[in-house]
Amino acid sequence: MAVLLIAEHNNKELRPFTLNAVTAASQIDNEVHAIVIGQNCTEAAKSLSELPLVKKVIHVEAVHYENFVAENFAPVIVKLADNYSHIVCSANTFGKNLMPRIAAALDTSQISDITKVVSSDTFLRPIYAGNAFATVKSKDAKKCVTIRPTSFDSCESSGGSAPIEKAEACEEFGRTKFIRREEIKSDRPELGTARVVISGGRGMQSGDNFKLITSIADKLNAAIGASRAAVDAGYISNDHQVGQTGKVVVPDLYIAVGISGAIQHLAGMKESKIIVAINKDGEAPIFSVADYGLEADLFEALPQFLEELNKLNTIQK
Amino acid sequence: MSREAMEYDVIIVGGGPSGLTTAIKLKQLDSSLNICLLEKASEIGAHILSGNVFETRALDELLPNWKDLNSPIKTKVKKEKFLFLSKTKSLSWPTWLLPNVQQNHKNYIISLANLCRWLGEQAEALGVEIFPGFPASEILYNEDGSVKGVATQDMGIDKDGNKKDSFEPGIDLIGKVTVFAEGCRGHLGKQLIKKFELDKGKDPQQYGIGFKEIWEIDDKNHEEGLVMHTAGWPLDNNTYGGSFIYHAENKQVFLGYVIGLDYKNPYLSPFDEFQRFKTHPVIRKIIEGGKRISYGARALIEGGFQSLPKMFMPGALLIGCDAGTLNMPKIKGSHTAMKSGIIAAETIFESIKENKDLSIFEDKFNKSWIYEELYRARNVKPSFNWGLIIGIIFTGIDQILFRGKLPFTLKHKHADHETLKPANKMQKIEYPKYDNVITFDKTSSVYLTGTNHTDNQPVHLQLKDPNLPISYTLEKFDEPAVRYCPAGVYEIQKEKDINKFVINSQNCIHCKTCDIKEPSQNINWVTPEGGGGPKYGNM
Amino acid sequence: MKILVAVKRVVDYNVQIRVKEDGSGIITDNVKMSTNPPDDNATEEAVKIKEAGKSKEVVAVTIGEEKAQETVRKALAVGADRGIHVKIDGIIEPLAVAKILQKVVEKEKPDLVFMGKQAIDDDCNQTGQMLSALLNWPQATFASKIEVKDKKLEVTREIDEGLETVEINIPAIVTCDLRLNEPRYASLPNIMKAKKKPIEQLNASDLGVDTSSRIEQIKVEEPPKRKAGIKVSSVAELVQKLKNEAKVI
Repeated sequence: MAVLLIAEHNNKELRPFTLNAVTAASQIDNEVHAIVIGQNCTEAAKSLSELPLVKKVIHVEAVHYENFVAENFAPVIVKLADNYSHIVCSANTFGKNLMPRIAAALDTSQISDITKVVSSDTFLRPIYAGNAFATVKSKDAKKCVTIRPTSFDSCESSGGSAPIEKAEACEEFGRTKFIRREEIKSDRPELGTARVVISGGRGMQSGDNFKLITSIADKLNAAIGASRAAVDAGYISNDHQVGQTGKVVVPDLYIAVGISGAIQHLAGMKESKIIVAINKDGEAPIFSVADYGLEADLFEALPQFLEELNKLNTIQK
Repeated sequence: MSREAMEYDVIIVGGGPSGLTTAIKLKQLDSSLNICLLEKASEIGAHILSGNVFETRALDELLPNWKDLNSPIKTKVKKEKFLFLSKTKSLSWPTWLLPNVQQNHKNYIISLANLCRWLGEQAEALGVEIFPGFPASEILYNEDGSVKGVATQDMGIDKDGNKKDSFEPGIDLIGKVTVFAEGCRGHLGKQLIKKFELDKGKDPQQYGIGFKEIWEIDDKNHEEGLVMHTAGWPLDNNTYGGSFIYHAENKQVFLGYVIGLDYKNPYLSPFDEFQRFKTHPVIRKIIEGGKRISYGARALIEGGFQSLPKMFMPGALLIGCDAGTLNMPKIKGSHTAMKSGIIAAETIFESIKENKDLSIFEDKFNKSWIYEELYRARNVKPSFNWGLIIGIIFTGIDQILFRGKLPFTLKHKHADHETLKPANKMQKIEYPKYDNVITFDKTSSVYLTGTNHTDNQPVHLQLKDPNLPISYTLEKFDEPAVRYCPAGVYEIQKEKDINKFVINSQNCIHCKTCDIKEPSQNINWVTPEGGGGPKYGNM
Repeated sequence: MKILVAVKRVVDYNVQIRVKEDGSGIITDNVKMSTNPPDDNATEEAVKIKEAGKSKEVVAVTIGEEKAQETVRKALAVGADRGIHVKIDGIIEPLAVAKILQKVVEKEKPDLVFMGKQAIDDDCNQTGQMLSALLNWPQATFASKIEVKDKKLEVTREIDEGLETVEINIPAIVTCDLRLNEPRYASLPNIMKAKKKPIEQLNASDLGVDTSSRIEQIKVEEPPKRKAGIKVSSVAELVQKLKNEAKVI
C-alpha cells in the first residue's frame, strides 16, 4: 500500500520541510501520494505534483482549511486512510499538532520525530532531547509517523508531473476558530530553525566583538548563537544560548568561534550536519567534533572569512 | 516583614547520615515528637558524596535489623591493598602491617548517597517530616541568645535582590531544639562556632578536598569487594593526601582522591592532581576500556580530636561533620557521624522529657566509642606535617605499637587558609593535557554532576571585598581559586588587558573548598535557592 | 468550571541520562525524578485561573507507578485541590495514556484539560492531541497565553512561524508551552497541607482500557559519537571546503 504524505504549505507555496518529508516518505515506500489541504492552494498542489518522488497528489479545498486547523484537517486524512499503509508528516508544529489527532482516530500508536527509516515498520528516533536514540517497531497495521526534517535531505523539486486528484472536503469542526497568525519577521532566522548558525564563546572577549560574528551572519543569513560562558560573561543575551540548558540546534552548518566545547555546549549542537570550529587553542575539545577545524586567532580569521565569503559569487541562503 | 512560622519539637538541618540518624533515633525514643528535617538538595542524597567503605557499628545500634530492611549495603569488603606509588612504579604494603584502623574486612563498599536515601525512607516511615529543596539560610535566636530555630531561604529573588513574580518567602521554623547537621563546613555551623566560641581552646579545624568518580569498567579488571588505597605520587612528600579505589557492585569502581587543604603551593590544582593520578600505570590498567559515569567533589574534615568544637550550645546541637567527627586515619566519617546523631537524639529526648540541659551531650559523647576512636586517631594527621615518610613511620609506631595511646597530642598549628606561600616563592606546576579517555577537563566533569542553579538569582558565593581577588590574591598567590575549585566556578578573565574575577556560581557543586581555602577568607559560601547544586546519583 | 491537569513523572531535566548496557532503556535507579517541566506550567495556569475566580476546582491526575504520586503531591502543594493517581507499571504509550485520561474525563467531567505539550523523556508530543481526538474536543497545543472568556478560551500558540491565536469552545484540551508562565514554588506550609489533600487511587486495569503496547522498543543506544574531521590550514581553504566539499555555503 502507498504512503500518504501530508504537505505543509501556506496555500501558495510548499513549506520547505515538506521536501524533506517527501524524501523520508519515499524511503518507506516508493508509492508516495501527497495531500494538500487548504484554500486556493492550487499552486501548492501544482508544486507538489512537480516533485519527482510524488506519484499522485490529492487536492482538497474548502474555506475552513485556510488556516490549517487540525480539527478540520484530521477527518480528511482519516477518511482517506483506508488506502494507505503509512501517513507521514514533518515533525514541526504543523505536523505535531495534527498527526496525533489522526493517529488516535485510527487507533494507532504514533511514532514521532524519526531521524531514520530502518524499514517500513522500524524507525530510529531521538528520546531524552537527543541524548539517546531508540529503534522502535510499530505493530499497528496502519502507521502514523512524523519525521524530523533536518535528518532527511530535501527531495528534488522539479521534473515530476504527478496527477492531481480532487477529493471532497469534510464538514467544518466548528468549535475551534482561527483568529490570527503573527509571523515573527526578523532580519535573522530563528536560532532553532536556521540553516546556518554561527556562535561565539568566551574567546570573543567582549560583547562588542560579536559584531565580527554579526557581519558573517548577515552574509550567510545565519542565526547567532553563543556558549553559556559567553552568556554568563554578559556578551550576549541568554536567548542566544546553545547547549543543554539553552537551545538545541541542528543546522546544516554550525560555526563555533572561540568556543572551547564544554559538553553542555556540544549537547546542543553536535547533531549539526557540518561543524566548523575556529579556535586559538589547538587542544580545545570542540575540534573533536568539528568536520573542519581552523586553529587560528579569531580576530584575524573572522575578517578574512568575511573577505573570502565576499569573493564568492553565490552563497546558498 | 513578618514571615510565617511553624513550630516543631526538633528541627534538623541537613539530610546526611548524622541528621537522618538523629531523626530516626528520636522517633524510636518517642514517636510523638514532631520532627522537621530540612535538606538543601532537591532530594535526599543528591548532595551526598563519599568513598565509601562503611563500618556498620552505628547502624547496628540504630537499626539492628537493617539487613532485613532492603538496605543498599551489599558489597562486603573481600580484599585489601595498600600501595605506595612512585611516578611509574608501585610498592604493595603488606596488609598485616597496616594499622588496625585501616583494616576493612568487616566493612562494606556502599554509596553513601543511596544509604541516605534509604535512611530518609526509614525516617519518613517513622513520621519525620522531610523537606528536600529547602535550605536553612539563617539562624533564629531567642532574646536570651539561645537558638530558636532556623529560617528557610526566600525563593524567587532575582540577581539584584528584587522579588520575582514567583517570589515565595521563607518561613521560620521554631524548635525546642535545633540540630545542625549540614556536613563539613556548614554555613550555619560556621556562624554558630563563631558566635558561641565553640572552638575555644581547640586547634584550628583541618580540611581536605575529596574527589570521586564512578567508572564502569571491564569485567576482567573488576574484583567486587576489593578495597585499594594509595599514597605517594602524584603528590610530593610535603602534601598530605592519597587515593581510594573501591570495586563496588555492577562492575563499578569508586575512584577517588583526597588532598589536605593545608597544601602550600598556590599552583597546586587538586583537580589536576586527581586527573593525573589516574594516568599511573597501576590505575590506568583498572579503568582503561571503562567509562566514567559520575564525578563529584566535596570538602571533608581532617582535624579530628584536637579540632573538634564543643557540640552543644543553648537550644542547639552541632553534629557529624558540621562539627567534625570524621576519623581521618580510618578514612571514615559516616559511622561516627551517625553515632553523634544517636547521642544527639538521646540528649534531646532527655532534655525535652526530663528538662535536662543540652550539655549532657558532652558527657554522653565522651563516654562513647566515638570519643575513644577519635582520641586514638588524633596524632596521625598532624604527624604528616613532617612529610609523608616520617608521617608513615610515626603513624606505624603510634597506631600499631601504641594503638593511639602515646602520652602526648600533636597540634594542628595553622588553619588551611594560612598555609599558602606566595606564588613567586613557589614552583609552577605543569599538568598534562586531558586525553578525554582517562582524564577530563572541569566542565565536562561538572556536566556529569547534573549541577544547576536557577538562572537569575543572587550569587551565592559572596565576596567580602570584591576587589581583593584582583588587587591582592591574584598578585600574591596567582589567584588559587581558579585551581582549588573543582567545578570551574572561578576564573580570571582578561578583558582589554584588565583582569576580572569571574564567578560562575551556576557551576558550584557545594563542596565548600573556597570558603575554607581562600587565603583572606574573602569568599563566603551561602545557600543558593533550594534544589540548586549537584544531583548526584549513587555517589 | 473544573480543570483537570495531567502531570507526568520523568527523569529530572538536569540529570545526564545513561543508556543501559543491554540497550533495553535508560537507567532510572537512584536517579532524581521530577514533574515533567511543562506540566508544571499547566498546573500553574490552572491554579491561576482558579485564583482569578474563573474555576472552582483543579484536579491533578497522573498515570504511572506508585511513586508517580509525587507529581500529584507537588501539584497539590502549588494549589490543586485534589488528586487522582491511576496506577500502572511499565512504559505506557501516549495512545494508552490518552485512553486512560478519556476515562478519567468521563468520570470527572472537567470543562478543561491542561497538560504539558511534550514529556521530556519520550519526547512524543502526542497525548493532548490524542485525547482531544478521542473526546472530539477542540485542542489548543503549545499554548503560551490563555485567556478565559465566557464558555470560550482564547489561546496563543507557539508555532514555527511565530504566534497563532485561536478561539476554542469549552470543553477543550490545552497543551502548555514553557513560556506560558513561571511556575510558583511550593512553599513549606503548602507542602504540609498537600499531604492532607486526598489522592484517589485507581487501577488502570479497572478502567477497561487497552493499554497493551503497540510499539516494540527494539533497542536504545547512545547518540553516535561524532568523529573528528580535518584541520584546515587557512581561512581560504576552509571556505573552499565549505563551498565545494561540504556544499553548505
